[in-house]
Amino acid sequence: MASALINVPAKAKRGDIIEIKTLMSHIMETGYRHMASGEVVPRDIITSFTCRFNGNEIFRADLFPAIAANPFITFFTTATESGKFEFEWIGDQGFSETASASIMVE
Amino acid sequence: MQQRPNSSRRQFLGLAGGAAVLGVIPIVTVRPAEATPAMLASAIQSVTGGATVRTGKVKLDIPPLVENGNTVPMTVSVINPMAPEDHVRSIHVFNEKNPQPNIANFHLGPHNGRAQVSTRIRLADSQKIVAIARLSDGSFWSASVDVVVTLAACTEEVI
Repeated sequence: MASALINVPAKAKRGDIIEIKTLMSHIMETGYRHMASGEVVPRDIITSFTCRFNGNEIFRADLFPAIAANPFITFFTTATESGKFEFEWIGDQGFSETASASIMVE
Repeated sequence: MQQRPNSSRRQFLGLAGGAAVLGVIPIVTVRPAEATPAMLASAIQSVTGGATVRTGKVKLDIPPLVENGNTVPMTVSVINPMAPEDHVRSIHVFNEKNPQPNIANFHLGPHNGRAQVSTRIRLADSQKIVAIARLSDGSFWSASVDVVVTLAACTEEVI
């Protein structure tokens, strides 16, 4: 159902600043919309996104209904050593997804 | 003898200038009245804890004219080194006229190398977007951008 797209360079030189792009498919229902019957559509958003590198948190974002559907987030990090990036999205109604990507640092 | 006409000319110019300023004042004062709703101010207050926020260092990239408010690309960057002793700790983005004043909080550290984050946001109306950066020394810096939105987000009905 939910799927993530991650873009991390496969290789980098030590000390390079690399860009990490992430996209998670999610409706991001704001909780402010109404159905034709007048009922409010309950809020269903991703509230937190975390990126860890070799177990250490390197980036975290708190998200609100003002983030567009399919949250796309890009950020930077310094390549220090080879290892694994782990991404985690947590949201309303028990939403929880993870993804990972590896990098070779020379 | 020559002082007199000179000074009356000055007085006249002074009065004329004053009248012109008075005429302009009502137009100028109307703008700030609608510019900062209390929700935006209190959301900023809850992040800064009342500390002074200076303008500068932060760069907020949003197209000034947006056709579709449902997905608006936004890039926020802070011109500051990312060294362990001096770095950007977090970036907070706020809006003025969406149902909620918060857009996102980004938590960074020295390992990020560059304090720059991009995402896509929703805008319910033409409004002001404010980005505030918190540095490791506890100071706050901000930037704001006015955006015109032609198709608003959040308001449409679900069928």
